[in-house]
Amino acid sequence: MRIIVPIKQVPETNTVKMDENTGTIIRDGVESIINPLDLYAIEIAIQLRQQHGGEVIAISMGPPKAVTALREAIAMGCDSAVLLSDKAFAGADTWATSYVLAKAIERMGSYDMVICGERATDGDTGQVGPGIASFLDLPVASYIGKVEQVDKKSCRLHRLVENGHEVLDVELPAVLTMVKEVADPRLPTLGGKQRAKKIDIPVWTANDIEADLDKLGLTGSPTRVVRIFRPKVVRQCEKITAMDDSIVDQAVDKLVVFLQKKDFI
Amino acid sequence: MTKNKHKHSGVWILAEQADGRVQRISYELLTRGRDLADKRGTDLTAMIFGNDINAEDLQELINCGADRVVTMEEAKLEHFLVEPYAACMLKIIEDYQPEIVIAGATSTGRTLMPYVAIKANAGLTADCTVLDIEEETGNLLQTRPAIGGNILATIKTPQHRPQMATVRPHSTKPAVKQDGRTGEIVRLKAPAKYLKSRINRVDFIPDESEHGLQDADVVVAVGRGIKKSENISLIKSLAKELDAAIGASRDVVDRGWLSYPYQVGLSGKTISPKLYLAVAISGAIQHLAGMQTSETIVAINSDPDAQIFNVADFGIVADVFQILPVLSERIKQARSE
Repeated sequence: MRIIVPIKQVPETNTVKMDENTGTIIRDGVESIINPLDLYAIEIAIQLRQQHGGEVIAISMGPPKAVTALREAIAMGCDSAVLLSDKAFAGADTWATSYVLAKAIERMGSYDMVICGERATDGDTGQVGPGIASFLDLPVASYIGKVEQVDKKSCRLHRLVENGHEVLDVELPAVLTMVKEVADPRLPTLGGKQRAKKIDIPVWTANDIEADLDKLGLTGSPTRVVRIFRPKVVRQCEKITAMDDSIVDQAVDKLVVFLQKKDFI
Repeated sequence: MTKNKHKHSGVWILAEQADGRVQRISYELLTRGRDLADKRGTDLTAMIFGNDINAEDLQELINCGADRVVTMEEAKLEHFLVEPYAACMLKIIEDYQPEIVIAGATSTGRTLMPYVAIKANAGLTADCTVLDIEEETGNLLQTRPAIGGNILATIKTPQHRPQMATVRPHSTKPAVKQDGRTGEIVRLKAPAKYLKSRINRVDFIPDESEHGLQDADVVVAVGRGIKKSENISLIKSLAKELDAAIGASRDVVDRGWLSYPYQVGLSGKTISPKLYLAVAISGAIQHLAGMQTSETIVAINSDPDAQIFNVADFGIVADVFQILPVLSERIKQARSE
């Protein structure tokens, strides 16, 4: 079983600065981690390799420093990794990002699955997994909360939707996107960390993946961020302090009146 | 589709059905779509895929704002499957050349729309909470929360058509029936070659606990300050008195006091009920991202500096264990009066 796991390096905190001119994220000086949901994708991929043999390859599109996310993926147990990095990739929206990842996956030869996190915490779009599938003309099973059974040609999955879960049989190769319920991501092992330090992670450019230059980065992106602004704080909190036992009743009464006024009671 | 941008016209929504009945999100999209179509001076069309869709529901889409309903009905379209749905939607986009296509940011919309947008060479913006038209250009202005709701970004698609967006469920009111509206229902045949799917839906298992968090009007949510699993019963009593669904912060779920389907926040559910009552929730930014668009927010927390108060309309700074029993009792009284 050959599994490719596209991952994304994201800012660790939510104290992110934006470039007001380009509408893109300023990543300098912010601690970076693997997108949390991608850890679940890595975990499932490793579990499947442990059960069926094969290899797990992590890929990421990003600046040169995104290599640290790939090294973490190796430390968790991925076999190898490839960084997709080129100035031409910068400023890509989900369309142009999906394109680069799909072109890189095409270059990797045959594979059984592409497993992604359902969405990344920074952009929060969830569009790249289905986007990769669309470029590769593969089926995509999104919101996967359980991998029930996998063989050479197909897999049975549980897809979490609004009011329950669908049980799906999916022909392979396919693209799957994972949500939290699917597994508990493992921690890197000491041996894994040592391997991660030494391993050679190739960097592929636009040229290496034979990409059309007009489909890359900002140029290849149909969408443009035109304005970034902070949400207006419109709420005026009516705050009552009732740390003293004696005024608990009074505070509760005021809340009940508030709720009655708004027709909740 | 970059060329001949001006050939594209009309606003389209993707209506959703389940078991042949049109779903609530469809009417929310009609509210959005009608507004955009009127601003753009054009027609609004609802497209819907399914099998044996209730005819009155289709007429209801017209009553509630659509000028036209376009259906494709086949046994193989009964449930959402990405390949046939995408093939059908692409065929419609090719034949009708819409200027704008919006869908719900549901598990269906968020899977189908990116799959279609790639092949249609269209721009797509996820999970919008505000949609508007830029007057000079007719471009769709798509505003969405980003970075955990800390900022809002407005996005447009200047050159590519159609302009596509998914819209956050419950971010607007569903359209209501207006008297005297007329419109056309167009029943299209989906060619057999579009119906192939490498995914087969073999079963559907409804959620056991019908807590209905996503659709609830009132949510009582609990955070780490509740201290232990046994204390969740206090929250359950309060929720019962308010006919509320129960939500939880990530801390509570990570500790196993409530299960993941209860989690509200960036890595859980995004909800906007009419009332969100946050008990012992400090209000980490990741949590706020999942609930700050609620209509009314009430917070009870012992920490006067808890961030939750920054987004609340009403707050009580107090020991939640003192407040909760009294509050449940008082609400019960008030309701019986």
